[in-house]
Amino acid sequence: MAVLVFAEHDGAKLKDATRNAIAAAAKLDSEVHVLVAGSGCRAAAEAAAKVKGVAIVKFADDPRYAHPMAETLAPLAAGLAKGYAALLAPATTFGKNVLPRVAALLDVQQISDIVEIIDADTFVRPIYAGNAMATVKSADAIKVITVRGTAFDPAPPEGGSGTIEPVAATADPGLAVFVGHELSKLERPELTSAQIIISGGRGMQNGDNFKILESVADKLGAAVGASRAAVDAGFVPNDFQVGQTGKIVAPELYLAVGISGAIQHLAGMKDSKVIAAINKDEEAPIFQIADYGLVADLFKAVPEFDAELAKLGLPRRG
Amino acid sequence: MKVLVPIKRVVDANVKIRVKADKTGVELANVKMAMNPFDEIAVEEAIRLFEAKVATEIVAVSMGGQACQETIRTALAMGADRGIHVKTDVELQPLAVAKLLKAIVAKENPQLVIMGKQAIDDDCNQTGQMLAGLLGWPQGTFASKLALAAGKITVTREIDGGLETVLLDLPAIVTTDLRLNQPRYASLPNIMKAKKKLIAETTPAELGVDPAPRLTTLKVEEPVKRKGGVKVKTVQELVDKLHNEAKVF
Ligand SMILES: Cc1cc2nc3c(=O)[nH]c(=O)nc-3n(C[C@H](O)[C@H](O)[C@H](O)COP(=O)(O)OP(=O)(O)OC[C@H]3O[C@@H](n4cnc5c(N)ncnc54)[C@H](O)[C@@H]3O)c2cc1C
Ligand SMILES: Nc1ncnc2c1ncn2[C@@H]1O[C@H](COP(=O)(O)O)[C@@H](O)[C@H]1O
Repeated sequence: MAVLVFAEHDGAKLKDATRNAIAAAAKLDSEVHVLVAGSGCRAAAEAAAKVKGVAIVKFADDPRYAHPMAETLAPLAAGLAKGYAALLAPATTFGKNVLPRVAALLDVQQISDIVEIIDADTFVRPIYAGNAMATVKSADAIKVITVRGTAFDPAPPEGGSGTIEPVAATADPGLAVFVGHELSKLERPELTSAQIIISGGRGMQNGDNFKILESVADKLGAAVGASRAAVDAGFVPNDFQVGQTGKIVAPELYLAVGISGAIQHLAGMKDSKVIAAINKDEEAPIFQIADYGLVADLFKAVPEFDAELAKLGLPRRG
Repeated sequence: MKVLVPIKRVVDANVKIRVKADKTGVELANVKMAMNPFDEIAVEEAIRLFEAKVATEIVAVSMGGQACQETIRTALAMGADRGIHVKTDVELQPLAVAKLLKAIVAKENPQLVIMGKQAIDDDCNQTGQMLAGLLGWPQGTFASKLALAAGKITVTREIDGGLETVLLDLPAIVTTDLRLNQPRYASLPNIMKAKKKLIAETTPAELGVDPAPRLTTLKVEEPVKRKGGVKVKTVQELVDKLHNEAKVF
């Protein structure tokens, strides 16, 4: 039986994490369908149809889906999911918000944040902030799954030729109204898809000082992240947070600056390919997992690092 | 307005857990337990609503073994009015918790349920959304700000791209994010007062819910451990290693 992926998109483009979920879906079954729900979002449906491995795009285009509200999307997805072996979504705030509501409507125990598929019923997922890995077997007829993007290479954006099938909208229960959002301006790559991330912690002392990280980030085409302490102190917005309860990232390089390395922070970045850390405290736990550690005052080391990069004259990536 | 606050007893956030040698789970014997940090934030928010004269009663609910009553006492000492303990030794998964909470909602008729966005042991992040789905109530998940007015609640939500604001009809479910508030410590007089507050006991059978788990844990293992690397002495050496050895830029 086919599997269905609930796409996250912005109306025009798929969010990158959707393609990671499609890749996981393709491991479950050779026939992958994608649900694109939105308002005036044909471009996103077309993008989904082009993703390698996608056979059918279920396209629900209706003003009531103008914003991704769980109250309206869950009944739509639950209705469609009944014809599938599994319903998957990226483990982003979109998937985390909507999918458990769908699971409840289907009377299914969701499997959150999978990092490995053993077979059609059996999955591996991190628990205790990634300090243990649980292999769980589901007894439910439909598997409802959120996918940790860093664990599955994204399906290629091109190479598919799925057909787009319109589906009817379901009733709006009228319980919730979207009021507005404040989205961070993205001048740099998104944290969850960046090749390089440079993150600052409480050691940065204030928001202004993040400028020295931004200068490095711009030379490397990197994203800027932060620890919870830095976010809580108001140095940077909440969407910068990496960790157990923030974003899970696994870039080629994660450079932690003025971050101690609490378990909850490590939970979000310890699968990075290479970890480097700059911290003035040589006992900081971050050094226990860093491939390269530099014990130094960040206010001296980061500008020097920046100057060294300038000397290398790197081609800008991103 | 009555507010219901579901709280889970979990391994304290500061404990470094150990996987059992026989791979059946995580070592829980003699490990410090505490209220799930997100649930502390939920209790705190309910108390602030009470202090603002918006909430009139706060009921804390915890499900699991006998020791859950300690966690309920903590909520009572913070300022909750009374507790409900759903006693069971069955492993409770989010769908079962949501069904049990639905049954309690039917008895208690709260206008608002404030709960954690995520339990830091199972890291599921499901129960609030499931409860909202089962009840057909709106949900304000990952909340960093709440405002109640005219029978509705405005919730500011932390989302991947920034912040989102939604307006929900009551009754509603709210799940807390870390920045909603800073939970208070219980004062000694309040800890004493909490001893006299009522904790009612019930069971899944009394609530008419089959809590049997749908997921079977086949094994629990250590994650792949990273081995620590090298310390470099200078910034030049760091850049050189990253560029020429790791080749990440
Ligand atoms: C339920 C729960 C969930 C959580 N979720 C997350 C999460 O998702 N993400 C997260 O990050 N945290 C999370 N936390 C918080 C976590 O426990 C830590 O408190 C937090 O990660 C600490 O941030 P930090 O390393 O920036 O600050 P600190 O631990 O204060 O470390 C600051 C570091 O900066 C160094 N430093 C200071 N000045 C300098 C200088 N001039 N030069 C060089 N180094 C310097 C210090 O030596 C120190 O090591 C969570 C906590 C709980 C309870
Ligand atoms: N056994 C339980 N007793 C009371 N509340 C619970 C229990 N399990 C989960 N919850 C609530 O559901 C929230 C989310 O848990 P989870 O979906 O497991 O991540 C927690 O923060 C609690 O508010």
